[in-house]
Amino acid sequence: MKIYISQIKPFLGDLSKNIELHKNEIQHAIDQKADIVIFPELSLTGYFLRDLVHDVALKSNSETIKLFESTSKRIGIIAGFVYEDENHQFFNAAGYFEAGSLKHLHRKVYLPNYTMFEESRYFAAGKSFETFDMFGSKTGILICEDALHLSSLYLYSLQGVKNLLIVSNSPARGFYSDRFYSQELWYNTIKFIANNLTVNTIFVNRVGVEDGVTFWGGSLAIDALGSEIGRCDLIREDNRIVEIKDETVRRSRILSPFYRDEDPELFLEFIRNKGIIK
Amino acid sequence: MNLNYKMVADVLVNFIKEETEKTGFANLVVGLSGGIDSALSAVLATKAIGRDKLFAFALPYKTSSKESLDDAKLLADKFGINLQVIEITPYVDPFLETLNLDNKLRMGNVMARMRMVTLFDMSSKYRALVLGTSNKTELLLGYGTWYGDLASAINPIGDLYKTQVWELSKYLGIPEKLINKKPTADLWLGQTDEDELGFSYTEVDRLLYHMIDERLSKSELINLGFSEQFIMNVAERVRKNQFKRQLPIIAKISNRTIDRDFRYSRDWGY
Repeated sequence: MKIYISQIKPFLGDLSKNIELHKNEIQHAIDQKADIVIFPELSLTGYFLRDLVHDVALKSNSETIKLFESTSKRIGIIAGFVYEDENHQFFNAAGYFEAGSLKHLHRKVYLPNYTMFEESRYFAAGKSFETFDMFGSKTGILICEDALHLSSLYLYSLQGVKNLLIVSNSPARGFYSDRFYSQELWYNTIKFIANNLTVNTIFVNRVGVEDGVTFWGGSLAIDALGSEIGRCDLIREDNRIVEIKDETVRRSRILSPFYRDEDPELFLEFIRNKGIIK
Repeated sequence: MNLNYKMVADVLVNFIKEETEKTGFANLVVGLSGGIDSALSAVLATKAIGRDKLFAFALPYKTSSKESLDDAKLLADKFGINLQVIEITPYVDPFLETLNLDNKLRMGNVMARMRMVTLFDMSSKYRALVLGTSNKTELLLGYGTWYGDLASAINPIGDLYKTQVWELSKYLGIPEKLINKKPTADLWLGQTDEDELGFSYTEVDRLLYHMIDERLSKSELINLGFSEQFIMNVAERVRKNQFKRQLPIIAKISNRTIDRDFRYSRDWGY
């Protein structure tokens, strides 16, 4: 399965410009015979939306959703946007479009609301991590902060995902002499997920600057055996085609059967005995 | 406090380019004082948008030192910066005379604000944004003139301490002469920042880094060897100058008050 990583620079709060940007990238991915194109978190809207959240929100019957549905007859697409549900709750969401329909919608569960982040001021939190079939391969989507928690990884792992796709808007910050905090955190996380959950892991981050904050790009793909299979430049717009296979997961689980030996009963017992669940 | 200056330069150059061009402007104006902060901002800007799109101005007053102007020229020569000199004395003096102004601090503020007026006028002439040159140390300490040298549209160096400004300047090949000389606002003869502040940048940057960036408590700072008096003095300066780092506060009446519950990023729509 060939995946086109689209490391773009969205326009803040301008849906129509971003739709054009997506169309160009999708065409580029089709030309390169990719099966799926993955865009970063909130790729259709930009990140620091604040009061624009409600203006750029998409309902499931919106023209933009229909456009992506129909385009997905030619290629699978993962794109990020603000989703407004029937009760007018607004979610930081990522949709997977395949074969003419919105096949799966993930609502971001863990909304960062500290230091420079204020997501739970504007968004409702999703409540679940559910897998979907991506051209026959069981897959889960994590939106940025989702991937930094244990419960999300655990729940996806228990459901037997073969691939985890992390779409992100990670800002560059915390510079030291030989590294910077956000890159180190993310690369450690991605390598951990790939190696220890034995799943193909693809991190798609955006670039560009919003109000002085630089999104650092550096999108990275690590296969289930822990090998790097592709990465994008730091700071600049870029793209990369990577190929993932279920077979890699099989080989990895023969080599390192962590998945087989994981015992959810221990976890369940712990929660019961400590009175966390009555 | 040591940084990967290659990466930091990359981020700042990209910041200047994007934050300038996405608003539809192509050009920048900057005041070159001869000091290291404006030198660094200007050099980053030439890398971001090209030297032909940066308009730099030396804005000396009659008491400004000749060395400052020479240093501005030295920098402009080395980096091919388009530098124009506009003497502000002919329009500062009538102002001072009209108001019978002879207080050093007020005079200094008037000069800083006249330079601001000049730069913003030039920004209109050249269809440019005004590039900021205030570093993190002076922003935290409030060591600058409100609506004077603190006024700008975008500031690439406001999250770098003075000592980091020096290091990044070395990395970018800015002449040692500008890096090694004593920092001065050059508002009156013989003025230096460190005399006026009462401590050195090296000392205060180390303190601010631990206090602000690392969020250490007073007792932890004392354990690192800082005197309690120094800690309290600097903490109080940071607190007292919060107003200089903000827009004017607005009395709330409606449900949507600007900046309180009318909240948009500046890059709205770009």
